[in-house]
Amino acid sequence: MNKILALLAAALALGGLPALAADPLADITVAANAVPGFAGFSAERGARFFRTPGGSWSCSTCHSDDPRRAGRHAVTGKPIEPMAPAVNPRRLTDPARVEKWFRRNCKDVLSRECTAQEKGDVITYLRSMGR
Amino acid sequence: MPASRSHERAKARPAWIPGLLIAAALAIPAAPAAVLADGGRRSPDDPAWREECGSCHVAYPPRLLPAQSWRRIMATLDRHFDADASLEPGRARGIEAFLVANARQASSESALRITGTGWFRREHDEVAGLFSSAAVGNAANCGACHPQAEQGRFNEHEIRLPGGNKR
Ligand code: HEC
Ligand code: HEC
Ligand code: HEC
Repeated sequence: MNKILALLAAALALGGLPALAADPLADITVAANAVPGFAGFSAERGARFFRTPGGSWSCSTCHSDDPRRAGRHAVTGKPIEPMAPAVNPRRLTDPARVEKWFRRNCKDVLSRECTAQEKGDVITYLRSMGR
Repeated sequence: MPASRSHERAKARPAWIPGLLIAAALAIPAAPAAVLADGGRRSPDDPAWREECGSCHVAYPPRLLPAQSWRRIMATLDRHFDADASLEPGRARGIEAFLVANARQASSESALRITGTGWFRREHDEVAGLFSSAAVGNAANCGACHPQAEQGRFNEHEIRLPGGNKR
């Protein structure tokens, strides 16, 4: 019985830890590195991208000009929690979640997916913000 | 809650007479307001549904639309009211099953919008003027007037109109 519990605990630890530690920026960096001429991510470029409208929307339309504040969905009015990890530590911690929303929101804003460069810039920008 | 359980039992065992009686009682007041009267009813829950369908707006409870509507919505998530709400297919199938199992009964409607259904318009004709106000924005923003919308509760005694007018 104890042996089984120990095995279970070990399996949980093995399965659980990497998931907790996974950084959404890791895969994005791998993808960006594969593009010739890649020279790193920039918080400044990310900040500009965040506020630049594609069609009628920019990221800041729903996520607020100041990502340390709550935003509001442009169509439904639903409040959206702040995007800056400094004030909302759950942000940018789950790679699958981050990928899903980049895919959807970039299509809504730009009518295309974001490039790895753009995604990395935005994450770098959001993480650069203090409280 | 007990009523809907007996209803299910009635469906499983049609020969069971008390069950049939309850089913008949449920079917007669088929006026939409009565079917939807919220009186303390708890909304069925599903974590995947709450997470995926509650991120851009409140997770609209399954009982507000008939099964056919939910099927149409789930089949077109990549162009969902001008938003991309696409989901990984396995996850979408699970959510669709939950929505269909708890959908509104006894309706031939297949509207894509709750706010486009007949019962919604009738319930809200008194407040329709508020929908486009700054505080509400749009009729689909249920939470602006139904503070318990996140919990699936729309009881007429729990309404708080923006501007502080309690009802
Ligand atoms: C029409 C409204 C809207 C627009 C425009 C929008 N988003 Fe979002 N975004 C959302 C909603 C809704 C969520 C999910 C709810 C939540 O996480 O609070 C979300 C979540 C995210 C997340 C998930 C973050 C996490 O870790 O939880 C990222 C990343 C994101 N958006 C990036 C962007 C970027 C980049 C843009 C601009 C290209 C953008 N969004 C534009 C509505 C929007
Ligand atoms: C990416 C954002 C997003 C996600 C995720 C999302 N929706 Fe929506 N939904 C919208 C928008 C935008 C509208 C249109 C609101 C409006 O125009 O009033 C809408 C409207 C609706 C409506 C009609 C509301 C009305 O007007 O009566 C229903 C029903 C609905 N969504 C169901 C769902 C279901 C089910 C899911 C989960 C599978 C889901 N939504 C996920 C953005 C989203
Ligand atoms: C502008 C405010 C407002 C908005 C927005 C709103 N409602 Fe209502 N709703 C009301 C009022 C007021 C009533 C009560 C009508 C009456 O009893 O005369 C009501 C009644 C209801 C009822 C019937 C409750 C009962 O006990 O019989 C339901 C169900 C309901 N609303 C669902 C919704 C849903 C779902 C949404 C979003 C898609 C929504 N409402 C958006 C104000 C609003």
